[in-house]
Amino acid sequence: MSTFTPIPPRPAPSSTVGPLAWLRANLFSDWPTSLATVSIGALLLYWIPPLLDWGLLRASWRPDFDACRVDGAGACWGVIAEKYRIILMGRYPFEEQWRPLLATILMTALLVASCMRAFWRRWLVLLWIGVLAAFFTLMYGDILGLTKVETDRWGGLPLTLLLATLSIAMAFPLSLLVALGRRSELPAIRSVCTLYVELVRGVPLISVLFMASFMFPLFMPQGLTIDVLVRVLAGITLFAGAYMAEVIRGGLQAVPRGQIEAAATLGLSYWQTQRLIVLPQALAAVLPGLMNNFIAIFKDTSLVTIVSLYELTGALGLALNSDADWRPYKIEGYLFIAMIYFAFCFSMSRYSLWVERQVNKGKAR
Amino acid sequence: MLCALALTPWFLAHNTAVNMEARGIQSGFDFLVQPAGFDIGETVFEFDSERPYWRAFLAGVFNTLRVAITGILLTTLLGTLLGIGRTSHNLLVRTVCTVYVEIFRNIPVLLQLLMWYLVLAVALPPFDAPYNWGVFQLDKNGLAWMVGTEGDTLFTFSPEFLAVLLGLTLYTASFVAEVVRAGITSVPQGQGEAAASLGLSRGQTMRYVMLPQALRVIIPPMTNQYLNLTKNSSLAVAIGYPDVVSIANTALNQTGRAVECIAVIMTVYLITSLATSLFMNWYNARAALKER
Repeated sequence: MSTFTPIPPRPAPSSTVGPLAWLRANLFSDWPTSLATVSIGALLLYWIPPLLDWGLLRASWRPDFDACRVDGAGACWGVIAEKYRIILMGRYPFEEQWRPLLATILMTALLVASCMRAFWRRWLVLLWIGVLAAFFTLMYGDILGLTKVETDRWGGLPLTLLLATLSIAMAFPLSLLVALGRRSELPAIRSVCTLYVELVRGVPLISVLFMASFMFPLFMPQGLTIDVLVRVLAGITLFAGAYMAEVIRGGLQAVPRGQIEAAATLGLSYWQTQRLIVLPQALAAVLPGLMNNFIAIFKDTSLVTIVSLYELTGALGLALNSDADWRPYKIEGYLFIAMIYFAFCFSMSRYSLWVERQVNKGKAR
Repeated sequence: MLCALALTPWFLAHNTAVNMEARGIQSGFDFLVQPAGFDIGETVFEFDSERPYWRAFLAGVFNTLRVAITGILLTTLLGTLLGIGRTSHNLLVRTVCTVYVEIFRNIPVLLQLLMWYLVLAVALPPFDAPYNWGVFQLDKNGLAWMVGTEGDTLFTFSPEFLAVLLGLTLYTASFVAEVVRAGITSVPQGQGEAAASLGLSRGQTMRYVMLPQALRVIIPPMTNQYLNLTKNSSLAVAIGYPDVVSIANTALNQTGRAVECIAVIMTVYLITSLATSLFMNWYNARAALKER
């Protein structure tokens, strides 16, 4: 016969509110988690204060390189204060630089406007044509009393924006046609489109750019020379088109067959079916993928510096390589343009998330 | 339309031939057997300026493969860790991984390569005070694998190689992390909960339940990232690492045979891309769900 012994009462459940509970839930839930928290926290404490010290506390902000040469000086942001005009505008004539500035503002405004719902109207196309015309007028000049500035003097941020915007705008219709072509029932069209996509996706962009700058001139009939900017634009467009075509093809495949059959029953022609039934659904499905492509193209414009066009990356080299006083502070310059690229790419990726939510609104239950 | 498509190559070829004749450019691949006349900083096998062009190209191909294969291995490792970190329950780990991914994938890879090259040029220790870890020695010459005590090196990784490797690995890892994260989130939550209710630890759950299922979703986009890394290694030309593009660029400047040199670059990358995707397709077929 055993005597009754009550089991000890359970401890009260630990609190699930308050800062301590929050710490426990998010940082110290079990011992591996705590270990990770402590070791990463230690690493951060080891790395971040010296970085802040270098980048902010001991940094020199004035355009004066003697201040940067003092012992124990941190980052020399003065290099940007001194050189920002060349970094942002490249070799564009100094006293005319209000023109690329205005052009950049116009182009950025156009891009921002195109992202907003209120502007998704038919007249947006007209707005694009208008702004692009204004952009070229401002940059090239030669009319309205503006002096002529050859394209080989264009550079910096306006060139980056121009390359990215125009190649996206031109690659999009191209990739639509190629994507449709890859699903065509005509074997000749299908194989040409497949060949194009697979060839381009198999080679690096830099080889396409080499082709644009060394080989395109050989392709053209005698006496016809095409500006290097146009050739490089054509190269980026052809390259981007292949990648975008694959993304769009994915969307086309996601449209159920019944949709196309229903359209055929209603008597719609091939182009009517594509334009009214297939593409709206397909494009909505792949918008995030397309936005990824846009971001990739924006970053890829930095490669044109290898074929001697002075967009942001090239303009930085232009600004610093020949100036022995400021050249030691190139890393600050790199960080500066890295921030510009980051601002554009990061906002594009945030925007892409927003678009995705908008597109999926109809599917929410 | 088909006629136009068929005629275009002929038209371009004809123009090219006329132009080359007018400019006195020779054509043909016969230059491949002539002596190259330039030296290559680092090669897997012996090379000097007396050797023919084809050996220079081969050295370039080996250099490309060397940096691409090492890069793929390292980026897989780092990217997988980051991807798992982004799904972690630990807020600090999650935040650090997210910040890493957002920073590294939103800055052009070319810019990152240039920055690492500059940072290495400044930060590597000088010749007279190298860092030593066992058989490895790090100084302005790069990372050397020492044999014996006499300063003989088995092989050296130049600063250019290290910069390309570092840049490509850190950049691509941010994309690989997203691929891995997407794979892990694609596994239904119930799987993780079921594993936990069976008493598996979090590590075991990851190892035996989540990752094998996630792998099926991960492999195709991972292949794309490997191919991207290989293609991006062509940016080595910007910092003077002698990969196949930079060798071809030198050869192009010396011989003026643009068509041939660019054809060499494109063929090399097409073959590499094709080989990688064939291998990954085979691996994918192995990892795919076995269904009746």
